[in-house]
Amino acid sequence: MANQTSSHPAHVHHHFVDSDQQFDTAKMGMWVFLVNEILFFGGLFCAYIVYRTWYPELFSEAAHELNTLWGAVNTVVLIGSSLTVAMAIRSAQKNQTKGLKINLLITIALACVFMVIKGFEYSHKFHLGIFPGEYYTFTGIEHPQANIFFSIYYMLTGVHALHVLVGIGLITWIYLRARKGEFSSEYYTPVEITGLYWHLVDLIWIFLFPLLYLIE
Amino acid sequence: MADAEVSNVKTLQVKRFKPSENPKSTFFSEEKGLWAWMTTVDHKKIGLMYLGSVALFFLLGGALALLLRTELLTPAKTFIEADTYNQFFTLHGAIMVFFVLIPSIPAALGNFVLPMQLGAKDVAFPRLNLASFYIYVVGAIFTFIALANNGLDTGWTFYTPYSTGSTSSVVWVTLGVFILGFSSILTGTNFITTVHKLRAPGITWGKLPLNIWALYATSIIQVLATPVLAITVLLLTMERTLGIGIFDPALGGDPVLFQHFFWFYSHPAVYIMIVPGFGIISEVITAFSKKHIFGYWAIALSSLAIAFIGFLVWGHHMFTSGQSAVATTIFSFLTFLVGIPTGIKILNWVATLYKGSIEMKTPMLYVFMFLFLFSIGGFTGIMLGSLSADIHLHDTYYVVAHFHYVMMGGTLIALLAGLHYWWPKMTGKMYNETQGKIAAFLIFVGFNMTFLPQFIMGSQGMPRRYYNYIDQFTPFHQTSTIGSYVLGVGFLLIAYYLFRSIFSDERAPSNPWNSRGLEWQSTSPPDLHNFDHTPVVIHGPYDYHKPMEEFQLGLAASHNGHGGHGHGESVEVTTETEKA
Ligand code: HEM
Ligand SMILES: [Cu+2]
Repeated sequence: MANQTSSHPAHVHHHFVDSDQQFDTAKMGMWVFLVNEILFFGGLFCAYIVYRTWYPELFSEAAHELNTLWGAVNTVVLIGSSLTVAMAIRSAQKNQTKGLKINLLITIALACVFMVIKGFEYSHKFHLGIFPGEYYTFTGIEHPQANIFFSIYYMLTGVHALHVLVGIGLITWIYLRARKGEFSSEYYTPVEITGLYWHLVDLIWIFLFPLLYLIE
Repeated sequence: MADAEVSNVKTLQVKRFKPSENPKSTFFSEEKGLWAWMTTVDHKKIGLMYLGSVALFFLLGGALALLLRTELLTPAKTFIEADTYNQFFTLHGAIMVFFVLIPSIPAALGNFVLPMQLGAKDVAFPRLNLASFYIYVVGAIFTFIALANNGLDTGWTFYTPYSTGSTSSVVWVTLGVFILGFSSILTGTNFITTVHKLRAPGITWGKLPLNIWALYATSIIQVLATPVLAITVLLLTMERTLGIGIFDPALGGDPVLFQHFFWFYSHPAVYIMIVPGFGIISEVITAFSKKHIFGYWAIALSSLAIAFIGFLVWGHHMFTSGQSAVATTIFSFLTFLVGIPTGIKILNWVATLYKGSIEMKTPMLYVFMFLFLFSIGGFTGIMLGSLSADIHLHDTYYVVAHFHYVMMGGTLIALLAGLHYWWPKMTGKMYNETQGKIAAFLIFVGFNMTFLPQFIMGSQGMPRRYYNYIDQFTPFHQTSTIGSYVLGVGFLLIAYYLFRSIFSDERAPSNPWNSRGLEWQSTSPPDLHNFDHTPVVIHGPYDYHKPMEEFQLGLAASHNGHGGHGHGESVEVTTETEKA
């Protein structure tokens, strides 16, 4: 608990003693929030485990309907965006506003690429009649419960895609603030905690990809 | 997070700040007007807004309860249809759980008290705090839409497959609960961070008020359990709108999975409701026996133990749902384990009373009520956790009585204790002590009259949620209904004298109970920034054997413009520095 600062810079809210305390607080808050995100997805992963143990053949059969190549491309895209967001934070720490803005823009672009590819995957499936649950009409899979796999697939990837969209929004907001020159090595808390969020979104996809696409 | 804790001793210049008995500016007098309230980020105002909303919902839930009990005066139809009855008990349960008990202590009283007990100016994220209030309001609106639109008849548990087929507005309510969950998660996140990062100089983990430990444990449960409820109701919503079939046996899904998901949240949720109550009891019982708490660490850590074990017992709600015998046995065993930390708390509170100078003021009356009623609730919980007994008692009035003894006899009574205890601090006004005692008496009598008979008829086989019953149960039901009217009168009396106190001119002193808690070292009501100095703490919050002056210290030279610049004396305080 630091308690002996004299200056109170503009970016420090009145209820904090100093900039360090504000930074630590924001970061910790984000970590706690991420824990709760993990549990949110945890429920879906749990449903995945239950149905995979019940219908193991279904999962290996249905996974063939997913396009491993595009899944892999998306994995690379997201990992790349995690890298650029980390570089954005680094730029902010080193006072390089230009690098910060460029890295943020690349991150946004990569996230959009991810969404576009995901969109193509979805529309291809809808075309085949692979809808969730009762609307499922595809006949290419023998298993009578094939719809369950795709229900889980749509829930997991859908909720994840929603997180990507939120991420795009957040990073755009950070970009706009960076353009106004709000960040520097003195103050880059929002960049850092948005970065943390984005890493989690990436990490969840890294679990989703093998669990859904790479079942043998 | 990688917190490295470095304990070190630091010398600070402090002086005494005696709270003024006649404050010129308070958080009421600053930032006035409707708009200022609605956009405030002040934790005290937000706490009071929560308190107001919770009170409104309590009124609504309570009115529904009285209607339900009135219907049950006679074995057959009394005045409403069976369908209406189903909707009433569902809404009563859902409102009381999600809109009253879960936010009541943490979001209403906790929001007000937590930063003050930490000597902070606000919670860690004040804007997020306001956002969570509005999220709560939006969740409430969704529920009202459901009310106006077919109602809801699934029971507060939303069990599938009934809830996927029911023609009532399930989706509105599940979405409402989903949204409400975010409010709860954000409050929890805010509190955890505040406790870690915003403690005033000298408040080490060992000097945290037990109320803070309790809110901390609660926040952990909120953050870990609520997201699972969110995903559960989201899946249920998807089940109804897109027919995803995860809970539908016809599509290869499993309805029991819903029960697992639901109780994985809702059992911990019962601890979200009761653990903050434990915190209040520790505060009030020490203040009114003027004594150090017995077993500080036992009480602090048993909250965390309960939070932890509470995650492993959800299966005790599903003993009769076709769970495997092995799972049932393990869940039963773990359920017994929860009794241990709970018992530890009760015994420590009772030991705190020993040789204390006990003052029977209204808050303390509620503490005694709590000890009595919550123990009954806890013990009957253990009975329900025993496998063979539960096969007989499951889904009877015995369960209804059990959870009312813990939720109402426990949480709500603790809430009343806290409300009366902090009322002078929150409003700056004193309520009428005599009327307070009368209301407490009415509530105690009314409560037992309402729920004791339910244990008996439950054990004799009266099922819960039934609209009709056989003649044999008439006397029990009628006693119960009359008891509920007594309860209603008790609550109305409380509402009456609290309201009246707000409009009286009499000012409450800054520390009417001579408590050693830090929150009492501010003016009543507090300043907009809680204290006009940075408090420095050298004693534990229950050190009633130390003189009051030593609890009123603050930094002599204030760095933020507030407070004076006089010469202070130096004290050594232990500081725990946390670096992320
Ligand atoms: C010693 C602690 C406790 C134990 C051992 C315990 C045990 C149980 C058991 C075994 C049941 C299931 C009965 C059945 O459905 O057949 C139950 C139901 C319930 N308990 Fe507890 N309980 C405890 C404390 C609490 C607390 C503190 C609360 C809330 C503040 C609570 C709230 C509930 C509720 C709401 C239900 C019924 C849910 C429903 O079916 O609608 N319990 N309890
Ligand atoms: Cu339970």
